[in-house]
Amino acid sequence: MLQPWVVILGSFGYIALLFAIAYYADRRAREGRSVINTPVIYSLSLAVYATAWTFYGSVGRAAHDGVGFLPIYVGPTLMILLWWFVLRKIIRVAKLVRTTSLADFMASRYGKSALLGGLVTVIAVIGILPYISLQLKAMSSSLQIVFAYPDVGVHEKSSTMPIQQVTAFYVAMFMALFTIAFGTRRFDVSERHEGMVAAIAFEAIVKLVAFVAVGVYVTFFLFDGFGDIFGRAAERPELARLMAPFDSPGAVSDWAWMTLLSMFAILFLPRQFQVSVIENVEEGHVKTAMWLFPLYMLAINVFVLPIAFGGHLAFPQGNVDADSFVLTLPMSHQHEGLTLLVFLGGISAATGMVIVETIALSTMVCNDLIMPVLLRWKRLNLAGRGDLTALLLDIRRGAIVLILLLGYFYFVAAGEAYALVSIGLISFAAVAQFAPAFLGGLYWKGGTRDGALAGLSMGFLVWLYTLLLPAFAKSGWFGMDIVASGPFGIEMLKPTRLFGLSGLDPTTHAMIWSMIANIGGYVLVSITGRQSAAEHSQATLFVDVFTQTGERGQQWRTTTSVSALQTLLGRFLGPTRAAELLQAYATVRGFKSAEELEADAGLLSFAELQLAGTIGAASAHTIVASIAQEENLGLDEVMTIIDEASHVIAYSHELEGKQQELEAATASLKAANERLKELDRLKDDFISTVTHELRTPLTSIRAFSEILYDHPDIDPAERHRFLGLVIKESERLTRLINQVLDLAKLESGLAEWRTADLDLREIVVDAVGATSQLFKAQGVQIEARLPARAPLVLADRDRVMQVLLNLLSNAVKFCPPRTGRVEVRLTQSGDATMRVEVEDNGAGISAEHQAVIFQKFRQVGDTLTQKPAGTGLGLAICRQIVSRLGGRLWVESEPGRGSTFSFTLPLAQASDEVRAVANA
Amino acid sequence: MTPRILIAEDEESIIASLEFLMRRAGYETRVARDGDAALASAAQYAPQLVLLDIMLPGLSGFDVCERIRADPALRATRVMMLTARGASDDEARGRAAGADDYVTKPFSTHDLVARVRALLARGR
Repeated sequence: MLQPWVVILGSFGYIALLFAIAYYADRRAREGRSVINTPVIYSLSLAVYATAWTFYGSVGRAAHDGVGFLPIYVGPTLMILLWWFVLRKIIRVAKLVRTTSLADFMASRYGKSALLGGLVTVIAVIGILPYISLQLKAMSSSLQIVFAYPDVGVHEKSSTMPIQQVTAFYVAMFMALFTIAFGTRRFDVSERHEGMVAAIAFEAIVKLVAFVAVGVYVTFFLFDGFGDIFGRAAERPELARLMAPFDSPGAVSDWAWMTLLSMFAILFLPRQFQVSVIENVEEGHVKTAMWLFPLYMLAINVFVLPIAFGGHLAFPQGNVDADSFVLTLPMSHQHEGLTLLVFLGGISAATGMVIVETIALSTMVCNDLIMPVLLRWKRLNLAGRGDLTALLLDIRRGAIVLILLLGYFYFVAAGEAYALVSIGLISFAAVAQFAPAFLGGLYWKGGTRDGALAGLSMGFLVWLYTLLLPAFAKSGWFGMDIVASGPFGIEMLKPTRLFGLSGLDPTTHAMIWSMIANIGGYVLVSITGRQSAAEHSQATLFVDVFTQTGERGQQWRTTTSVSALQTLLGRFLGPTRAAELLQAYATVRGFKSAEELEADAGLLSFAELQLAGTIGAASAHTIVASIAQEENLGLDEVMTIIDEASHVIAYSHELEGKQQELEAATASLKAANERLKELDRLKDDFISTVTHELRTPLTSIRAFSEILYDHPDIDPAERHRFLGLVIKESERLTRLINQVLDLAKLESGLAEWRTADLDLREIVVDAVGATSQLFKAQGVQIEARLPARAPLVLADRDRVMQVLLNLLSNAVKFCPPRTGRVEVRLTQSGDATMRVEVEDNGAGISAEHQAVIFQKFRQVGDTLTQKPAGTGLGLAICRQIVSRLGGRLWVESEPGRGSTFSFTLPLAQASDEVRAVANA
Repeated sequence: MTPRILIAEDEESIIASLEFLMRRAGYETRVARDGDAALASAAQYAPQLVLLDIMLPGLSGFDVCERIRADPALRATRVMMLTARGASDDEARGRAAGADDYVTKPFSTHDLVARVRALLARGR
């Protein structure tokens, strides 16, 4: 006979076993031989997700909604697919900033904001209360049911309520003691609760074994396997209905929202954050958890429908609460051992949840709600007091008792009105409010503290209004009027039909509106607002955690003394631990002892980080700020930075302009360089040509000199001819050198000009006179046709003479001997110039050659056998001279019809006018 | 038999000095004043040596040298190039065109005659 004392004894025995496991694990941890540092234990500890809600409530939900219980497990499985990216990132950040809780994590992300940490804590506590009350309810009712063994039908809600409340109170208080003993024996919140995790993992096994045992018992012993149960259920219309998942309108969207809700829950439930992030020993364990945890979830869900149908079939009168089928089915067949195992499985599920959840919440309450207030309370001078570790422990113990009491009160107020699953969903919806600011903070640097505050508060308020308020109303705290017809009778504001949105599950309805408010508030305020410097640095740290390397930014400005810092650390961590930490810090940096350290910005940041691991980022910051000055970025400084930034932008625009100028300059330099290269090449060609022209006469001169020297016997006539050639080549050499120099002078502009008003008729006459001998020798006639009077030109007499002589000697050179005729004409051309023409009746010049004869060393021979005498520089020099004098030199010719070389010179009068204009 | 030398050059005074030097050295000479004439004379006269100026009117000395080298009938003909430019790449080009020797103007008459002798001795 399963007597109550057997149950109680069994329970205490089981709890003693848990303590033994925890004690063993803690001892091993202190010895540095962790038992939980394996991926399997990590995965099992995650199963704290499966609470009494799963253990009892899934069957309850399945009994009403059929497969409707599934999204709660589909969501986490989906989320797990993303764990390698999301959870690993969270763990990495959490270890870097030594996070102590979910609230601490979010506060830290948004500039170590105590306000945000407080808000997250309030939402978490209020949001989780229904969930804790759910565990209390499950435990107290399971106790009552077992106490009534073997009678399963007496469980009448109204009559047992006061008794159940008393039971629940005792359960709550016992759980508080249990949790305090588990979680706050020593002050080690920052380190991990290895004992607790080991116990949780053990409980995960117990609850799975118990549930599967019931499942197997019902399926294969009470019935003939799955086929039998489902077959028999299908015969009954009200049960067959449960097997169709999407039977009602809106069911698909309910499923989708429920799945999303659970995806958030697996990340943001404080206990899940505690086991998956805070208690995580090694990032790599996530990999195993990614397949092992979903497998666990699958195993614990396989028998839910068979048990639900089995319960319906076994208790057709409907006098047994479906939430208790797991327990009542073995009881009704007086299977004592199995009943006790199931009861212990339920205890496991509930205690696991309560322990981890309350420890996580009490840490938040202590670090993010109470400590910041106490620290800001100047009169307490908390940071200046002695050892504070005891105070911190007391605060946490108090918080644990308080949270369980509140859970109990919630149970009293609202517990009976709802089934287990519905209560749990209210909590899920509350923690889902963390999602936008949490995930946004992890992936979007633009998210601001104000945005997070706005989104969280708006989402939370909508949650209060659309979920918690109707829950209280349903429990009879106040009239159903508000829920039924809206506040002040305004239909649009009905909490469960907000703005006319109807036809949805209340949770789905609440999720839609709260997410719109939450995400909208978060994004809008973030976009329109501005981040502080501290926020910005934390945002970068969180978002870029995988890509960052090196030291974090140090924001402490002044230094303090090491002893002051050590005392401070000692107050919160204990003097021994403080000394150890500073010694370790000193050793890493190559000092022998902590006394040699300087309490600079680096050490202050280190101290802050150590404190953050114990009392949270926001409080740690406040404490360090009490002994050192923070690098405060005031508005002025921010404005200065912005100002500098705008200068930088202007400067960069300027640079852009400069760059374009540079590009233009580079282009023109390139062009100039190309031209220089071309000129260089021309110069090289010129020198090479000049060299060649010099070598040719030199060759003859040297050869004949050597011949005459070596052969004194040479025939006198020949000797005479050779000497003549030497003289001729010497003259050619001299002429060449003179002309090269002349051309160089003209081209460089160094030539001297003696300009004067000249009568060109005189010059023509002189030139003809000077060349008359040459003409006579060649038998070429020359005739000058001069006007009666000619206006004066402004020119250099010698240079004009040089040009004329050159043209005349060229003419005579190319004229046929004896029949040759050269005519020189002088005419006025237009108003401003005189023109001189030298016409011959020689061979003429082809159009192709006309273009090149004015270039240096370009001669056109008129015979095949003989080069023309001359250097090839004459016409180039002439053209230079004429153009310097302001005129033009050109040739008109056709092969076989002679050539006419013409040049113009400006009139003296016209030149005066030009000069006058130029001087005006 | 007296060796025959073709002088391919367009400067009269240089032609005169080369003719004198070659005859005094005991060779028979003929003169060509441009590239085409030089090729024609070479084919017709079959000289043992061509004194070939590079800067000839018409076909350049390089072209003439290449064509002489391409003519199987003139396989025994030596080519000595004369240039007033003296750049080393000209010499390389000359050697590439198949010249046997390369002399820069102005030259030493002793040196020139000695080289001519040496080339003709090699040719035998």
